[in-house]
Amino acid sequence: MEVKDIRIPNMKYEDFKDNEYLEEYVDELRKNGVNIFVGKINDFLNWGRSNSVWPLTFATSCCGIEFMCVGAAHTDFARFGWEVTRNSPRQADVVFVCGTIVHKMAPVLKRLYEQMAEPKYVMAIGSCAISGGPFKNSYHVVKGVQEIIPVDVFIPGCPPRPDAILYGMMQLSRKIKVQNFFKLPGQPEIAE
Amino acid sequence: MKEPIEKIAELYNAETTENGGRYELTLAKENIHDAAAYLKREYGYDFLLEMVGMDYGDTLGVIYYLSQSTNPAPLLVLKTSTEKSDYPELYSVCDLWDSAEFYEREVYDFFGIMFINHPDMRRIFLRSDWNGYPLRKDYDANPELNPIPHRNEFLVDMERVPSITMSMGKEIETTRSLFDHDEYIVNFGPQHPAMHGVLHLRVSLDGEVVKSVDPNFGYIHRGVEKLCERYTYPQILHLTDRLDYLSGTINRHAFCLCCEKALGLEVPERAVYIRTIFDELTRIASHLLGWGSMCMDMGSITAFIYGMRDREKIMDIFEETAGGRLMANYSVIGGVANDIHPNFVKRVKEFIPYMRKMMKEHHLFFTGNPIARGRMDGIGYLSKEKAISIGATGPGGRASGWRNDIRKIEPYAVYDKVDFEEVIRADGLTFDRYVIRLDEIEQSLRIIEQLIDRIPEGAFLNKPKGVVKLPAGEYFQRVENARGQFCVHITSKGDAKPYRVKFRSPCLTLVSALKEVAPTHKIADLIMLGASFDYVIPCIDR
Amino acid sequence: MQQMISLQDLTLWIDEFLRNLFGGTWALLIEFVLIGLALLVAYAVLALFLIYAERKICAFFQCRIGPNRVGIWGIFQSTADMIKILLKELIRINRADHFLFRIASFIVIIGSICTFAALPFAKGIQVLDFNIGVFYILAISSLGVVGILMAGWSSNSKYTMIGAMRSGAQLLSYELSCGLSLLAVVVLAGTMQVSQIVEQQSDLWFIFKGHIPACIAFVTYLIAGHAETNRGPFDLPEAESELTAGYHTEYSGIQFGFFYLAEYLNMFIIAAIAATMFLGGWMPLHIPGWESFNKVMDYIPSFVWFFGKTGFCIFLALWVRWSFPRLRIDQLLNLEWKILMPICLINLLLMSVAVIF
Repeated sequence: MEVKDIRIPNMKYEDFKDNEYLEEYVDELRKNGVNIFVGKINDFLNWGRSNSVWPLTFATSCCGIEFMCVGAAHTDFARFGWEVTRNSPRQADVVFVCGTIVHKMAPVLKRLYEQMAEPKYVMAIGSCAISGGPFKNSYHVVKGVQEIIPVDVFIPGCPPRPDAILYGMMQLSRKIKVQNFFKLPGQPEIAE
Repeated sequence: MKEPIEKIAELYNAETTENGGRYELTLAKENIHDAAAYLKREYGYDFLLEMVGMDYGDTLGVIYYLSQSTNPAPLLVLKTSTEKSDYPELYSVCDLWDSAEFYEREVYDFFGIMFINHPDMRRIFLRSDWNGYPLRKDYDANPELNPIPHRNEFLVDMERVPSITMSMGKEIETTRSLFDHDEYIVNFGPQHPAMHGVLHLRVSLDGEVVKSVDPNFGYIHRGVEKLCERYTYPQILHLTDRLDYLSGTINRHAFCLCCEKALGLEVPERAVYIRTIFDELTRIASHLLGWGSMCMDMGSITAFIYGMRDREKIMDIFEETAGGRLMANYSVIGGVANDIHPNFVKRVKEFIPYMRKMMKEHHLFFTGNPIARGRMDGIGYLSKEKAISIGATGPGGRASGWRNDIRKIEPYAVYDKVDFEEVIRADGLTFDRYVIRLDEIEQSLRIIEQLIDRIPEGAFLNKPKGVVKLPAGEYFQRVENARGQFCVHITSKGDAKPYRVKFRSPCLTLVSALKEVAPTHKIADLIMLGASFDYVIPCIDR
Repeated sequence: MQQMISLQDLTLWIDEFLRNLFGGTWALLIEFVLIGLALLVAYAVLALFLIYAERKICAFFQCRIGPNRVGIWGIFQSTADMIKILLKELIRINRADHFLFRIASFIVIIGSICTFAALPFAKGIQVLDFNIGVFYILAISSLGVVGILMAGWSSNSKYTMIGAMRSGAQLLSYELSCGLSLLAVVVLAGTMQVSQIVEQQSDLWFIFKGHIPACIAFVTYLIAGHAETNRGPFDLPEAESELTAGYHTEYSGIQFGFFYLAEYLNMFIIAAIAATMFLGGWMPLHIPGWESFNKVMDYIPSFVWFFGKTGFCIFLALWVRWSFPRLRIDQLLNLEWKILMPICLINLLLMSVAVIF
């Protein structure tokens, strides 16, 4: 049976870049066939999960302002149901790492990530969170948050435009959609 | 101006030099406190603008920039140095100026200079277990020495604060407890929705009432000043934008001005006009966000969204001309990066009446709101004297009646050719700090209105020939960014890279103003006061 | 009056059918279960709809669009949220009081469901209706504060503690105004039974019948009730910008979901009580003397009236919520003890005088 649809209603499938790696992953999942019952339930749960991703308000610097712009009237991420920003990590699904993470902040971020309830996701927004960005050579900057916590989606830019953040958020949606929910918890997210 | 210099030179045996119209006094380290006290007492030098730590190679030093609130334009520079030993020491001046408390902690953090009689000699930005003093020239940047920590800094409520005092000619190391034994201490931050970034406030509470506040910085300390020493001047420009990202264009302008002054570069008139318009647009955008986030901290999310909505118009204008939204990356040394977009003038002209209309709506919606007035009226008094002593420049200080607008004091760009008012309010309350931002938006609109039709034709960039190399010397430039006086200090040895760059963050002193004002207020007021000072944490931490 | 469809016929028919099939005791038992299920489903569906409605309305206040991708106009947005929240991990908090921690969210939601059961949704649809109905509603709806205090205390966190203490102070104070304004209606109606209060408004709603005292009581009840729901400008217990998430900071998954649902349903309950007590509940708008007008009004089903009036009150609450900044704790208590309560007491006196003479 054909399960695992990576299409989301928010954007045309062809408009996404790098569809291949998701397709590969879905092919892999389909190879051994899927139990129709489990598969359908999985699809239903993933429909819910992918459409309701509540971000944790976590901003250290400039990218946080662009993140606020995404929430404001011009590029309203409430359209996708993302606007329930939770201030408590316990209730959030995804942490947007907006901005540079420095040595002093690293354990704080790590703890925040650990405080979040499974299933949880991480988005690295902006070049600082991805690699250290313009501050890469500094003595006090962590060269990318993946050194501390696993990252699901990287959104490049310094800071990324709100549209880019929206695009990244939809990528995360798709990623959640093809997850095998029953393999959680502790499942290494999607194919490497 | 001459008199105090001669007097100090005579009394304290100081060496006097002149640098670009500013007098510099070099004092021995034993005399620095006495000379500073004398200057403050006799000549009214009540504002310590900045302290710059220096590593001269074989000695460590500090440069003090002093100013008078009555005659703010001329700056007086004091210099002192101490030998580079394991425990370099200087006398603290924080009994004279409150702003020195954080400045000296910063110098200690970066250079390891201990300040005698300073009440709180903790590191300010880096963790207490950090090895080495990063801005010293012999700092070992080996990452193995300071790996990424896996545990939070161990913060106990009963933290002992070290300090050194001088008694009977002997140095005594003492510690005192930061909080009392049975105080209820709550951590606000580093990850907290109302901390405007990653400030960490340890607040001692008595029920709902704040007893004392201990700010903790450094959660976004990126080491910009050290980075600057490794980059060429055009490269540094990109870092200035990211200090106070809300007034990034203005900060960048300051650095460009400083370099242009040092190079003696003539900036085309067109570029100067464009820069000024960009600065004012940035100021409006920043104040809108500041207004919005202050409203949000009081619980009105709708106001925040309205502020962001109007701000988006400015972002569109920026994007069209400069290509960047938040980081316009527009000014470069010698002018601006590219010419304005053909639509620029039209868009800005459309924006001015739109903003005026929206300002009316904002006033109607929030300023006149009885709950908002009830929250803001009579809360958070900061006296003028305290504001000066703390060095709370910008709208925060102007709300207390202190005239400190660099655009009026030391006009740069075309501010001397436009007609605008420096908005001053006398009361120093939260409401003044709130409404002063909205009034400044109106003044900025006035400035833009006057300039937008007068942008002269001609070149927009006078590119310096070859690699930018500042002649050896010390350069200083201050501008008025959306939060106060942003200063750039460059020490050059004539290379393509600076020897030392120091940015004065207007936000650091605003946090000490918060620390001063917050006690006896409620938690809700603490949050609102923080928002009323409108600090940006990455600017503090650099 | 007679033309209105009474849903009582339907319930009586079900009752008779079950009695014939199973006999008295079993039928009663089955009915209990059925009613319980129906209430729970109605509760959940209403809460989901309210969450969606609030997000949409708030978006319009803020010049945004609001959810529009999940289903048509984003109508299934909150359903997706519910699925997600059911699947979230429940975190075991270190050094928390686990018994109280786990039980707190249930107490909050039980308090709100029990109040929900006493609402007259339509003609003939009311689960609990006894002679001390108003008293019951007041008593059981304040059960929630116990849960909130428990949640705050047991989480072993300073934010939750402050949130819970604020909530305790706030809810206890505003309970007074709430009760006193409802008491004014009770004085006017002369009964505490909810169904009779609704019946008595068949000629004219109490807000018109009770002259000025009823209007004052309506306004004070809306204010105090709004404060009871912990929503802005009275959202101090969970003041987002001050206490991250207030008393439920440490809750995750469905336990947080319970608080979340209860918050929205409490808003509905307060609006529904206001509608029932002052705006006639499911009773259509009748104006004495206008017979044909009254007949036309009767053709509109009773539940439409009920939900219409409730929706109006909810809209008022949302309007306030999204326009005003938050009060400070001392202002909040001043408002209650120095303004609202004296007004309520005097109003009660006025109402008694008006009723006697």
